[in-house]
Amino acid sequence: MTIETPIFTPEPEKHVLRRALSRPSFVIGLAITLAVAVMALVSLFWTPYDVTRVAVAGRIQGFSWAHPLGTDHLGRDILSMIMLGARNSIAVALVAVGIGMGIGVPLGLWAAAKGGWMDEVLMRANDVIFAFPSLLSAVMITAIFGPGAVNAIIAIGIFNVPVFARVARGGALAIWPREFILAARASGKDGLKISIEHILPNIANLLLVQATIQFALGILAEAGLSYLGLGAQPPMPSWGRMLFDAQTRIAIAPHLAIIPGMAIVLTVLGLNLLGDGLRDAIDPRQRRPR
Amino acid sequence: MASYVTKRLSIGLVTLLLASVVVFAVLEILPGDPARIMLGMNASPETVATLRQEMGLDQPAPLRYLDWLGGLVTGDLGRSYTYSTPVIELVRERLAVSLPLALISLFLSTAVAIPVGVFAASRSGKLSDTIAMGTAQIGIALPNFWLALLLVYVFAVGLQWLPSGGFPGWSNPLQAIKALILPAISLALPQAAILARVTRSAMIETLGEDFIRTARAKGLPRRKVLWRHALRNAMIPVLTILGLQFSFLLAGTIIIENVFYLPGLGRLIFQAINQRDLIVVEGVVILLVASVILINLVVDICYALVDPRLRTGR
Repeated sequence: MTIETPIFTPEPEKHVLRRALSRPSFVIGLAITLAVAVMALVSLFWTPYDVTRVAVAGRIQGFSWAHPLGTDHLGRDILSMIMLGARNSIAVALVAVGIGMGIGVPLGLWAAAKGGWMDEVLMRANDVIFAFPSLLSAVMITAIFGPGAVNAIIAIGIFNVPVFARVARGGALAIWPREFILAARASGKDGLKISIEHILPNIANLLLVQATIQFALGILAEAGLSYLGLGAQPPMPSWGRMLFDAQTRIAIAPHLAIIPGMAIVLTVLGLNLLGDGLRDAIDPRQRRPR
Repeated sequence: MASYVTKRLSIGLVTLLLASVVVFAVLEILPGDPARIMLGMNASPETVATLRQEMGLDQPAPLRYLDWLGGLVTGDLGRSYTYSTPVIELVRERLAVSLPLALISLFLSTAVAIPVGVFAASRSGKLSDTIAMGTAQIGIALPNFWLALLLVYVFAVGLQWLPSGGFPGWSNPLQAIKALILPAISLALPQAAILARVTRSAMIETLGEDFIRTARAKGLPRRKVLWRHALRNAMIPVLTILGLQFSFLLAGTIIIENVFYLPGLGRLIFQAINQRDLIVVEGVVILLVASVILINLVVDICYALVDPRLRTGR
């Protein structure tokens, strides 16, 4: 995945938001993301059925009023499983992005502020992490610590760290030579204070765009790990696990594979559209008439 | 140029060395004693201790690391605990499946993405551009293993044109290629979607340059300007993504080879992790990391050849 660090003019958030809202891709992305988020939130206190309840007599049913998305091979309601799967996917990806931002952004800001050997060491450490195909390493990490949602979060989160470090460093390096930073330095502020008070607010938009991209990648990675049996463990439903279960039954019940897959595609699509719309609204190059 | 190549090469080697330390250290903390796993839970402690000694597991970790590193340099990756075969032989066997799979995927992805990207850029802002990029947006969101399931449903279960999984070996090349078609498409399409978008934006950027206007003003045909002048100059970002995609394709094989039951590197490593066959995991992971570093090095050197400005500064 490319990490673009456009040089941009800092501007008030409300202008960016207004411009983003005028873009159809952003609005569609926002609508899809909100719908999935609401579904996940509702699942915290209500799902149509209890997914731990196995009803073999009612297994592999098609769409009906009682079960709008049908039932799986154990007679569990698919709509309820999709709702809980949304919660699981969002939670894993969100915390993984949080880990990446929480560690990566301070590291990137620090490297940009200090420069010299510290910057070099950080960038080389980044190179080492980037040299590992991320899914391969996530599989290794979950195998070491054991399968489960928490370990999936750690595995995905680790690979978000260098991404955010790079974006934060790139963004910060573009801001450091600016005059208002010079003024802040002249007023006696140190690197840490300048990074927090001046650099961070000015690269916040950039980080937000990267966060939506990493969020989408996190959803895909979680689905992949769950498919391999390394993510959330039963009875907690996950979209990847649902696809694994559907694989051997695809000839008799294709809807078991189609529905969770659609859920993943829609969620990732929503986040990508959101990120694209936001990036277009922020990046001044997109505003030039062509 | 020579100093640039030397610098990039030494950075690549340092990265590889650090990566080897990481791989070794990570697998050191993996729970489960390989000797115990090989012998089963009923083996006596003496038998386990003897096997540990035979396998060199009683040596201190730094010594084992150096031993392993020395082996890496001479091409000896050790002997698998579970297969009792040299790891390098296992890798060679599995590469016969994974390498063609990755290459076919890379070819498919490029063959689809570049024409689509160029087409979309040449019609930037028009309906056909919107449709092409909308489709690419969906392609990016597709998990490759879900695409694999859908392809199996349509082409293996429904139309019965292609096998749903397994690999017959290269003794029958036609059957072997047939077995790789669906896995390759599943890996290629999501990557093609990303590549098409990158190609489009690089082309749009290039099409706005003065030399393109000059070429058009000279009366060169539009097609020639697009494919000969613009595309060549838009290749740098496209090459970057191609390099990165190699790493994605390698990682992608872990899942795809599991979906299609293909005896490739991805499946080997997945099984080795589950069976705690550490020596296989170490060997395969470091080979994959080395190939990622090598590809990135080649891409970097290609840039420097294309654009002399990149040889200096960062």
